[in-house]
Amino acid sequence: MQSRHVLELPNDLGAIERSVEYLLERCRDAGFDEDRLRFNLRVGVAEALANAMLYGNARDPRKRVRLEAWCGADLVRIRVTDEGSGFDPGSLPDPTLPQNRTRSYGRGVFLIRQLMDRVEFNEQGNSVEMLLLAEPEESRREYSS
Amino acid sequence: MGFEVHRQGDITVLDVEGQLIVGNRQELKQKVLEELNDGERKFLIDFDRTGYIDSSGLGVLVSLSKKIREQGGELRLANLNEDLRTLFELTKLDTLFQISSSRDEALASF
Repeated sequence: MQSRHVLELPNDLGAIERSVEYLLERCRDAGFDEDRLRFNLRVGVAEALANAMLYGNARDPRKRVRLEAWCGADLVRIRVTDEGSGFDPGSLPDPTLPQNRTRSYGRGVFLIRQLMDRVEFNEQGNSVEMLLLAEPEESRREYSS
Repeated sequence: MGFEVHRQGDITVLDVEGQLIVGNRQELKQKVLEELNDGERKFLIDFDRTGYIDSSGLGVLVSLSKKIREQGGELRLANLNEDLRTLFELTKLDTLFQISSSRDEALASF
């Protein structure tokens, strides 16, 4: 059974885990694959929310983050939008390069791209849409506009 | 969810219960730095009871590894479950840390 969910979250890191658990439960109800929920979706949603709160909204407690989700047995679509001015997702360095591995930051978007099947940022760079398929695509496609 | 600190000989062992994430990473960092400031040099972080580490948690481990090494110390990790091992492999952090499959193996590696 497909379902749609919209959460307006305070810019509070404590809200991330509660939101992720809520979303996992709703997608579980929709019949989505448990293993991909537990790992891929958890990482994708948690990293997107943390980025929105820490960097997008710059920890500003007056700002909010919007989490939209469409849960189905075959796919899950997630959109996370913050109230920041956005960023250029193409400008992020590869954290796996030897010279970047000892950095203590810069792995969030990389993990999202690795673990979700499609990732698309809006033009402003303050909203990311992620698609996770129950059956992973053979060749993952990533695009940013 | 929390962190427990034990002493095993001259090795400081930290158990991470639940998750190591953006919301609690500073607590782990503070505990390790306190021990480091007290003169401890050998650290083992055991993830046997850890379900999830996010990118901020990974970042704290990288940061602690650097600080411990700067003081002439060593940091070992143990008991990563399959998901956590995947995270370390994807980010290539498995090349940065010495990771053991059990606590005993990690303790013996110092």
